[in-house]
Formats: sequence, structure tokens, C-alpha cells
Amino acid sequence: MSDSIDIINAFALLTNFVILPALSYGSQLALGALAVTLVYSILRFSNFAQGDSMAFGTMIVILLTGFMIGNGWTITGFPTALLVIPIAIIGTSIYMLTVDRLVYRHYRKIKAKSIVGISASIGVMFITGGIVRFILGATPQKFEDGERFIFSVREFKAYTGLEQGIALKTSQFLTITIALLLVAFLFYFLQRTKTGKAMRAFSDNKELALLSGIDPDKVVQITWLLVAALTTIAGTLYGLDKGFSPLQYHLLLLPIFASVIVGGIGSPLGAIAGAFLVSFSEVLLTYAYKKFLIYLLPLSMHPNSLVQLIGTEYKYAISFVILVIVLLIRPTGIFKGKVIVDE
Amino acid sequence: MAYLEGTNLVAAYGVVPILHECSVEVEKGELAVIVGPNGAGKSTVMRVLLGMLEATAGEVKLDGQDISMLSTQERINHGLAFVPQTKNVFPSMTVEENLQMGGFIRKDDISKTIDEVYELFPILYEKRRQLAEELSGGQRQQVAFGRAMMTQPSVMLLDEPTAGVSPIVMDEIFSNILDVRDAGMAVLMVEQNAQQALNIADKGYVLVSGRNEHTGTGRELINDPEVRKKFLGG
Repeated sequence: MSDSIDIINAFALLTNFVILPALSYGSQLALGALAVTLVYSILRFSNFAQGDSMAFGTMIVILLTGFMIGNGWTITGFPTALLVIPIAIIGTSIYMLTVDRLVYRHYRKIKAKSIVGISASIGVMFITGGIVRFILGATPQKFEDGERFIFSVREFKAYTGLEQGIALKTSQFLTITIALLLVAFLFYFLQRTKTGKAMRAFSDNKELALLSGIDPDKVVQITWLLVAALTTIAGTLYGLDKGFSPLQYHLLLLPIFASVIVGGIGSPLGAIAGAFLVSFSEVLLTYAYKKFLIYLLPLSMHPNSLVQLIGTEYKYAISFVILVIVLLIRPTGIFKGKVIVDE
Repeated sequence: MAYLEGTNLVAAYGVVPILHECSVEVEKGELAVIVGPNGAGKSTVMRVLLGMLEATAGEVKLDGQDISMLSTQERINHGLAFVPQTKNVFPSMTVEENLQMGGFIRKDDISKTIDEVYELFPILYEKRRQLAEELSGGQRQQVAFGRAMMTQPSVMLLDEPTAGVSPIVMDEIFSNILDVRDAGMAVLMVEQNAQQALNIADKGYVLVSGRNEHTGTGRELINDPEVRKKFLGG
């Protein structure tokens, strides 16, 4: 390793170990956070079942992927999981609409307070998690196939001649691309289409939406369909990137809720901003900067320790700390969110 | 027989009786005003006419047809429109989107009706891309009014359209209401500003404890010494 200051290699290192992982993790959180935001805006409760619903959607993807691979129905180099996502979305939609019919619809009918919806969603969380463990088991599994890298560290080094390489994993590339497309579609849908506007109107002023002839049942159904799509895709992308485990997905609820609250409850843009704030904080604070600093500092100042601010085992605590800071300094979140007040 | 009639309406919130055989009616091209003290059931009459609250007795007729059993949405489809007193816009949507949502149930092209609303309220055209929550109270009232007009209703029900606006804006709103009436709509309005409202009304109802206390033309009521003493401050 050279003893002079080397900015290019320092940032190659940072890109590989911080920026790319944080971008893809942030995209996965953002999709989950958007699903929570949709449920919150339209159905008026915080959906505690989000993490486990992501596990449910991913479970269908894993089962279908196994089936496809078993039959040899794959495309060389292409992750089979992506091929089966549309079917998994349909499956998750059916599950969510059924849960709505059996659980949430009753509480809407009797105009239950928001806290009742939250309690009900905690019940749904345990049931959903149970179903996933019952069918797939509790052990972690990998379901990524196809080409692992768009370009690997070795290819990057050979191409650029740098000492530090950057690898772009297929799952990272897919995560960022698909998240971008999905978010663009969602905003187009909400801002430009008649149905999307009706959803916003319903979220804004339910009574007036009814007076304008907007059908509440239809709004709720479309919400669940969108939530099912976001949830399944978020879960699958996370699983391709980091592997699947029911517990891990269950715990994802924490950073997702942190994203939603930090961004501003009920604000879709806020959910995305919050997700990246949480993901970058997690990765930046748990990264060991030793090598990075060696590139940037003169020999006499090279660190002896790892220069890691927080151990990775504490990464979930970071979400909470961000949450506490935001609630103290700017309780409405980065983008001004709105809190539902029971009438 | 009037265009919209509510006859002998009886209604209650839970076990608390509000309306006792109260009757109101309004003809096309006519402005009827309901005034009365707080808690007289003025707004309740509107809720019953719209089907937002179920009447325990009495009937609501539109153009001679009994609509008492119809849901609120069906009544809107039949030509009723309502501007609530509060929360009468979609705050985080633009002025234009508010109007589009007003015309949600229409299958035909609504852009002409939107242009008509802009013609009636030129300021809304200027602010069409602004969010409703960024507008002043008076402008917001105009958005609310415009939203209700988007279904091209035959009857417009207004719940205290001038609550909380300045006297100048109040005059403006009243003049808008008269325009709508002159265009041939039946307008029924609940008002706190009894004096000013009766001044422009074709017909007035004074409600007390859910009963019709006085009925007459706006002028008759203003000149009635008893009404003046009790409700118009002398």
C-alpha cells in the first residue's frame, strides 16, 4: 500500500463498501416505507405487519423460484426470482385482501380508533410471521441465482488499474433500478391518474371524498394491491441482496418505521428521504474507516484501530437514535407529515 | 310542489332528538335561507336532506320523486350538491385537482365545467396549480363552492358559507350565490349572519329547537317585529 495520499482509491473503497450497499439497502427500505405510508394515509393505522408481509411475499417468490429451477425454467444469467415476482404479487394481493376482509374491514365499519387498527395489525403480524415459518421454516436461505455481478472487483481493477476495486452486484443494480422505476410509477399514479387522485382525496378528507362520489371500498382495494406490489418487491430485493430469514424480515419493521417517521408521517417523498437517511446512517456509522483513512492521511497519522464508530450488532439502535433526535428537534419529520387525529 | 322538499322531518343524534316535524322547501331559481339560534338543528336539516343522517319520520322529495331511501352518493347522482361548513376542500391537492375530484362521478368531459367555475371565480384560475391549503379563507370557500358545482347539480346546499370570513368576502360570496341562483339552481343555505342572509333570500325559515318557528319571504321575516327582536338583535 502506498504511503502517499490517494483520494481516488479512498473513494473507490468508500463506494464499494458504503455508498453502493447503502443505496441498495435504502431503496429496499424506501419501498417498504412507501407501503407503510400508503396504509397509514388511506386506512389510517400504522401497519406493524409490514416486515412480516415482506417475508410472506418473499416466501411465495422463494417457493416459485424453487419450482422454476426444479423444472429448468430459467434464463441463463438472469435471477429467476424476478421472473416469478408478478405471480408472487398476485398471491400477496389475495392474502392482503383476504386479511382486510377478515380483520380490518370490521374496524373500518365500526369506525374504530387508529390505535385499534394498530393492535389488529400486530395480530396480523404474528399470524403472517407464523404462516411463513410454518411453510418455509425459520432458517435463513438464499434464493439468488443467475449472474452474481454486473462487474466484479477483479474486472473493475483490471479495467481501471486502481488498487481498490468496486463491485456492482446484480442484486444491487436490480434493487436501485427497480426501486427507481417503481417509485416513478407510484408518483405518476398518485399525481396524474384519476384513481390515484381519488386516493389522495380520500386520504385528505374522507367525508368530502364520499360527498364527491368516490367509492371507499374501491380506494381501499387499490391501496392493498399497491401495498402488495411494493411489499413483495421490497422483500424480494432485500432477500436477493442479503438472503432471506423470517426474523431478519420481522426486524426490518424498525428501520422502516424510523424511515417513515423521520421523513414525515404520511408523506411519500418523506418516506424515501427517511429511508436513505436511515440506511446511510446505519452503513456510515458501522463501517470501519481504517483503510479509508490510510489512503487519505500521511503515514505518521495512520490509525491503529479499526476506526469503527459503532459495532454492526448495534445497527438497529441507530434507527432508534435517529428517531429520538428527529422527534426532539423536528417532530413532524423532514417533510412536514400529518398525524391522524381520531375524531 | 317545490323542486326539493323536506316534509315533517324528525331526526335524532342517538337518543337526543334534534328535529321535530321540521319542513323546508326550495324551488329552482330560488334562494332559501335557514336561520336560527345555535342548536336549532339548522345543519341537521341539511344532513337529513342529503341522507347523511337518517330521518326517523318525514320524507324528502326531489322533483316530485321520493328520495328518502337513497344513500348520500345516490342523492348526489340525482343532482344534490353540498358544501360543508368546515373541511370543505382537499387541502393537499391543487385547486384544479379539487375541481376534478368534484366531477369524479361524471363520465363525460368535465373541462368545460372547470372553465365555467374559473369564469365565476377568476382568482381560482390564477391559483389553479396552488394547493388548497395555501389559499385564504375566502378563496378556499370559492374552491369548496366550485368543487360542489362540478357535478352540475340542480340543488346546492350550503352550510354557513360565510363562517369566519371578513365582511367584504361575505358580500362576495353572497353575490356568487345569487349568480348561481339566477342561473336556475335551487339554493338552500344555513346562515349565522341572519340579517344579511335574509336580505338576499327569496324565502326564509327561522328554526327554533328543531321546529319551524317563522316562515316567509326574506323581507317579511326582516320586517316581522318578533323575528327582529328575537333573532336579528332589534
